[in-house]
Order: sequence, then C-alpha cells, then structure tokens
Amino acid sequence: MARMATTRRVAISTAAAWLFGFLIFFPILWMVLASFKTELEAFAIPPSFLFFHWTTENYATVQERSDYLLHALNSIIIAGGSTVIALLIAIPAAWSMAFSPTKRTKDILLWMLSTKMMPPVGVLVPIYLIYKTFGLLDSRIGLVFILCLGNLPIVIWMLFTYFKEIPRDILEAARMDGATIGRELVYVLTPMAIPGLASTLLLNLILAWNEAFWTLNLSTSNAAPLTTFIASYSSPEGLFWAKLSAASTLAIAPILVLGWFSQKQLVRGLTFGAVK
Amino acid sequence: MATRQTQFLARSLLAPAVVLLFVWMIVPLALTLYFSTLHYSLLDPGSESFVGLENFEYFLTDPAFLASLRNTLVLVGSVLLLTILLGIPLALLLDQPVVGRNFVRLMVIAPFFVMPTVSALVWKNLLMHPVSGLFAWLARLVGLTPIDWFNDVPLLSVILIVAWQWLPFATLILLTALQSLDEEQKEAAEMDGASAVSTFIYITLPHLARPITVVILIETIFLLTVFAEIFVTTGGGPGLQTTNIAFLIYSQALIQFDVGSASAGGLVAVVIANIVAFFLVRIVGRNLEA
Repeated sequence: MARMATTRRVAISTAAAWLFGFLIFFPILWMVLASFKTELEAFAIPPSFLFFHWTTENYATVQERSDYLLHALNSIIIAGGSTVIALLIAIPAAWSMAFSPTKRTKDILLWMLSTKMMPPVGVLVPIYLIYKTFGLLDSRIGLVFILCLGNLPIVIWMLFTYFKEIPRDILEAARMDGATIGRELVYVLTPMAIPGLASTLLLNLILAWNEAFWTLNLSTSNAAPLTTFIASYSSPEGLFWAKLSAASTLAIAPILVLGWFSQKQLVRGLTFGAVK
Repeated sequence: MATRQTQFLARSLLAPAVVLLFVWMIVPLALTLYFSTLHYSLLDPGSESFVGLENFEYFLTDPAFLASLRNTLVLVGSVLLLTILLGIPLALLLDQPVVGRNFVRLMVIAPFFVMPTVSALVWKNLLMHPVSGLFAWLARLVGLTPIDWFNDVPLLSVILIVAWQWLPFATLILLTALQSLDEEQKEAAEMDGASAVSTFIYITLPHLARPITVVILIETIFLLTVFAEIFVTTGGGPGLQTTNIAFLIYSQALIQFDVGSASAGGLVAVVIANIVAFFLVRIVGRNLEA
C-alpha cells in the first residue's frame, strides 16, 4: 500500500516537473524551431510546430548579410580576454587572503564585494567620456578592460571560497619538507585548486558573454559583441523573425552548454558563498 | 608563524587587485560627483560652469524622475514576488523524487544563460507580437481578444520577460538550500504525524528564510539596473511607461547629452543601490565568520 502511494507520488511529481520544466524552456525551444523556418512560416498563423519545411538558409544568410562571425569573434575575445585577465589579477590576491589572512582580510573582502554593488549606470557618464577622450569607444580593448574590472570582485570571491577549502595541513606539511612558496604554489596548491579555478573561469565567461550594459553603451559596430549585434534586430526595419532566431540560437548555444556544466558553481559564485 | 618575508609577499600579491578596484571605484565616482555640480552639455561644449546642486534639483523635481522611480520599484518588486512565489513551489517540486530530474533541471535553468537582448527580442516578437505572436494565437484559440502587450501593458511585459530570466536563479538557490535540509528532521516530523503542510510551514520555510533573503538582495541589485531588456523592446516608452532610473540616466546622458543632470541621476542610483548593498554585505559578512 505504501509502495503504491510512493509510485503514484513519483508519477505525479514527475508529470508536474516535466510540465513546468517544458513551459519554462519553451521560449528557447520556440526560437530554435523558428530559426529553421522560412520568414513566411515564422510569421504564419496558425503557427506550425514541427511540420514545416525545415531549412538552414537563415544560418547562411545571417553570416552573409551581417558578418556574424566578426561579432562572434568579438564576443570570444571580450569575454575570454576579460576573464583571463581577471583571473591573473585575482589568483594571487585570493591566494594571499586565503592563506595569509590578516586582521583586515575580512574588511577587504567585504569592500571588494561592495564595489560590485555599485550600479554601472552611476558611472556611465564618466566612463563614456573617458573612453571618448582616449578613443576607446567601440574598441575591444576598452570592453575587455571594463568587463574585467566589473567581474573582478566575483572572481576574487569565488577563488577565495575555493582556496579556503584546501586543507592547510597539506601546506604545512609541504613547508616542513622545505618547499618554498613558489614550489608550494606550483606542486601543491595548483593541482588542488584546479577544479575551483575551472568553475570560476566558466561562470565568469558566462557572465561576460551575456553582459549587456557596457557592451550596448560602449560598442556600436567594429567591436560589437553578440549582445549588441542581436540588439540591432530590434529596429522595425530589421524584423526578420527567422533570421533573428538563427542569430540568437548561435549566440546562446555555446553559453547554454557551458552553463549547464556549471550549475552548481553558479549558485556559489552568484551568492558570494552565502548559499552552497 | 608567518615571517616578515611571507607577510610582505602576501601583501604584494594582494596589492594589484586592491589598487585596481580602488581606482575603479573612486575615479569614476569622483568624476560623477564633479560633473553633477556642473552645467555640462555635450551639445554645447566649452560652456561648463559650476552650478552647485542645481542638477540635483532639476533631476529630482523632473516628473520623469518620479515616474521612473515608481517604474523601478514596481519592476523590482514584481519580479521579486514572481520569482520567489514561483521559485519556492518549483524548488520543492524538483526536490521530490522525479524521473529524469537532471534533465528537468537543465530545462528550468536554461533561461538564465540566455543573453538579455536575445530573451527580450524573442519574447517581444515570437511570443508577444499582437498579431503573429504565439500568445495572440493561443488567446484567439480560446476565444479571447489578443493583448497588444507592449502598447496596453508595457511595464507588465517587461516584468514578465525579466521574471522569466530570473526565475531559474531563485529556483536553483532555493533548491540548493532544500537539498542541504536535514532529512532526518523532516522524517521525525512525519513520524510524529505532522502533515505535509505543517512540515513545510514549521521546518522547510524557516530553513529557506536565509536563502530567500539572499535571493531578494542579489536580485534587487541586478534588477535595480535592468537596462538591455528595456533598450531593445520599448526604449522606455510608450511615454515614460517603461523608463526606469537606469534608462532615464542613459537617455539623459547619451540621447540628450546632458552630462550634468545624468551625473546627478547616477549618484541617486548609487545611493539607492547602497541601501540594498548595506544589508547584503552584512549578511555575507556574518556568513564569513561562521
């Protein structure tokens, strides 16, 4: 009897979970489907769900008409570059705070966190004017720089929480054996820190890839990453649903895959370790 | 047992990050503060002059400010309410034994990884278009008049899009918290004859109090500056109906080129965000000591 109830309970919760999961995912699915339709079919009422003439021509047109690959490359350079530079600055800082904490470490960490709380729009005007003065508007280097600074607090925080979990006994044992700090870093710490480094890298790639305040305000064409490129479809004359869908599918596909791998780290990274 | 040498090393490793973040925080903010006291229009270069607090007076008494403050609060409040009220049952559901749970999780989390410009345009066109959108088709299917989303209920439309993006975040955090809940405690309550409802109210909900607070604070920080979704769908309109503070400052700075009053607005935004940040930093700080 109890077993029956359990089976029924599993069946009900499974059905409900799949239904809600599907509803939430549906807009993405609908977009992917539209990307394989002709423009006419994408507009058609009643809409066709699966039985339409499948075509891949939108993907070809998007590249031909708008140089999609340039914008994809910009996204890769901007997201990748800002993440790597942020890591290079953050690793030593987080290492130092995790393994040689001082009285002020906690204050420094909280202060770094508070810089992330500053709304970007509060400093839009000076950043825009500085960039204009130095010719950094619509430049990749300018965006790399600003996204790097914007994400630096999160990178340091995530690394700090990961480094904190590395047992200190191991370090002390290495020190007893006469390892220098350099050797300790290379042979002991790095292998243990790689999982944390990888998830920090992943989460920040995702955040930088999707960043849509600075990229929209500071880039227009040459340095425009995919966020800005997709936004150009918002003008009424640019309304081609199938092409918009194809461009969008390409823009989110890589990050969706990365994102699915980093679900757990996402919680930790975005809550600054407050929820694990 | 740190020697002076390792202490020095530790400090020099920390220094670049601290210096960079310090400069990043202070220089633009100081410039914003400085500009906010000037009459400074990019359309009229060379006419900069000190005007004291005039820009603040202008910004704060501008009817657009009150409208955008109201829109900001409605947007933040509604999205918080939607994501938490839907996120709790969704997290509870995913915490149940579900066949294919990992796959369902992937579907639920997906919207969070979609870039804001994509989700806004897909919703605006493919779903919410008054004639060819899927919602319009569904409405006609059941005999209703389709809603012209972005004309009739523009702010609600933006709210729905943003809530769709943030629901995964709330759900995922609440689910993570649920999974750390002590099963034994729940089982003991069930053994004692507690109903599912009272188990939820007396055991699960108190356990979720902290993660819910964290969700509220973190979402608030991001939601206060929602920008891309408004930028690509409504451009703040019709009228001022979807202009929030972030968008108002953007339009004063980069459309009307009024640097002075945009800077004053920027400082107002910083103050509002700081009120929220104060509480978040306290919660995180408490966690750091544990």
